[in-house]
Amino acid sequence: MYNSTVAWISFRALFGRRRALLFVLPAVVLIVLTLALKSAHGTRPDWPSLLLAQAGIGAVVPLTALLVGTSVLGSEIDDNSVLHLLATPVSRRSVIVSKIAVAALVTAVFAAVPVLLAGLIAVGAHGLAFGCFAGALLGSLLYSAVFVMISAALRHPVAYALAYLALWESLLTRLVGGAKWLSVEQWSLGLAHAISNNSDLSSTLSLTPSIVMPALVLVAVTVYGTRRLSAFTLHAD
Amino acid sequence: MTAVESATAERGVSTGSAVVSFDHVTHWYGNVVAVNDITLELGPGVTGLLGPNGAGKSTILHLLSGFLSPSRGAVTIDGTSPWRNPAVFEKVGLVPERDSVYAFLTAREFVTASARLHTLPDPKAAAERALELVELTGAADRAIQTYSKGMRQRAKVAAALVHDPQVLLLDEPFNGMDPRQRLHMMDLLRGLGREGRTILFSSHILEEVERLADTVQVVVAGRLAASGDYRTIRRLMTNRPHVFVLRSTDDRALARVLIALPAVQGVSLGENGLEVHASDHGAFTRELAKASRTAGIGLRELIPADESLESVFAYLVGA
Repeated sequence: MYNSTVAWISFRALFGRRRALLFVLPAVVLIVLTLALKSAHGTRPDWPSLLLAQAGIGAVVPLTALLVGTSVLGSEIDDNSVLHLLATPVSRRSVIVSKIAVAALVTAVFAAVPVLLAGLIAVGAHGLAFGCFAGALLGSLLYSAVFVMISAALRHPVAYALAYLALWESLLTRLVGGAKWLSVEQWSLGLAHAISNNSDLSSTLSLTPSIVMPALVLVAVTVYGTRRLSAFTLHAD
Repeated sequence: MTAVESATAERGVSTGSAVVSFDHVTHWYGNVVAVNDITLELGPGVTGLLGPNGAGKSTILHLLSGFLSPSRGAVTIDGTSPWRNPAVFEKVGLVPERDSVYAFLTAREFVTASARLHTLPDPKAAAERALELVELTGAADRAIQTYSKGMRQRAKVAAALVHDPQVLLLDEPFNGMDPRQRLHMMDLLRGLGREGRTILFSSHILEEVERLADTVQVVVAGRLAASGDYRTIRRLMTNRPHVFVLRSTDDRALARVLIALPAVQGVSLGENGLEVHASDHGAFTRELAKASRTAGIGLRELIPADESLESVFAYLVGA
């Protein structure tokens, strides 16, 4: 399913564009914020968990995944260079799986690793840092899969990805009780909480749904993305 | 439908070995019909898909490469539909018109990646072979973004040829190429056609098709206007009635003179001058100067009113 040539081209394409410079920006903000809070006086005692959960898992991971996930396929569809990939016998599922793998790996490096670093700066080698790192890894994979699927299914994927983050992840999952079961952020926090066992980390889901639901959604998103890419059409100018 | 009966058989191409087939294919973009009830079969050799811009040439190539599905009818390559079937690219190579390549790669990396995507046993050797075919080995280690348009075209052709496809589809392949590159590419495609591959290329330039194609499919406004041997179609194009607009020192007197010429079918006097319908382009232009001089009428302006490709094609549709 995973195609190393598709992945290699995707890496080269990701880092061959100026947009790649943006990948590091959310991480830098997180680290600077952590250092500032660490050196500040009079901060709340639970600031590390708030920072890692809300700024790390809730902002840095989805924003980085948005930048990477929509670049890894959406940019190629926008400029039609994806045609050189699709005019080969490589299965569309291989293309989608490889793109998700690349996006997840790059997001993990530029978002999950900085969350770990921020955790180590804030609390040292503590369960909270490792729990949030695991949550951020899960978020990197799921957000990447969702944004690659959006890129395969819709034109202007950045707009739809932003709308998804703003309306679904940030608003509806907080206002509608059942929506938390379908929230990448809540799954990530559920996993982070289960691993760190830190009471400061607020999570609405236990470990089981935080593992089972992402697995189901990952499969569904991959299947749907594959179907949409299989129906990729070109229009004459 | 056609102005010319198919001359495929006359050209020595066996229709029984056809690998590309359109069977009453129609494609709509919303309410716009891009391709209208086209039926054709292509066998080994070079076929030119000729037509003005917007005629539906790219749509036909997109249908053949599985990047569009027919709204009606069936498209097949070796009996299988290319739609939702990437396996078709084991025997098909596609050179898209758009200048969108992985410009950050070198040509060698680009073509080798294409060979790997085709799971060829020795991708590097296959890439070298393809680069040599398009004469790009000298610049193969430069990033494609530093290439001229013609070089990019050749890199795209190399990537499409790397797996030695049975069918090669090229959308306006000569765009941006200089005359030497164009001749070389024509030689290459002609050779591939002679080896028994089915080559289909689109062009809106008559001379390109004339120099390269064994057979021609002329597409106008989404319909197949003519199909068959190029020379027959060319003759039909040359022998069509021609329209000229003339201005002279005395248009009315010139009309009387011209109507007596054997090459002139009709004359009408309008606000813009004299509109002349000539049955023979060459004879009319030769006789005009002589007749006007004899009558003592000075010619001020002579404009061929229907020399555009669109008007030539429109004539074929009506013929």
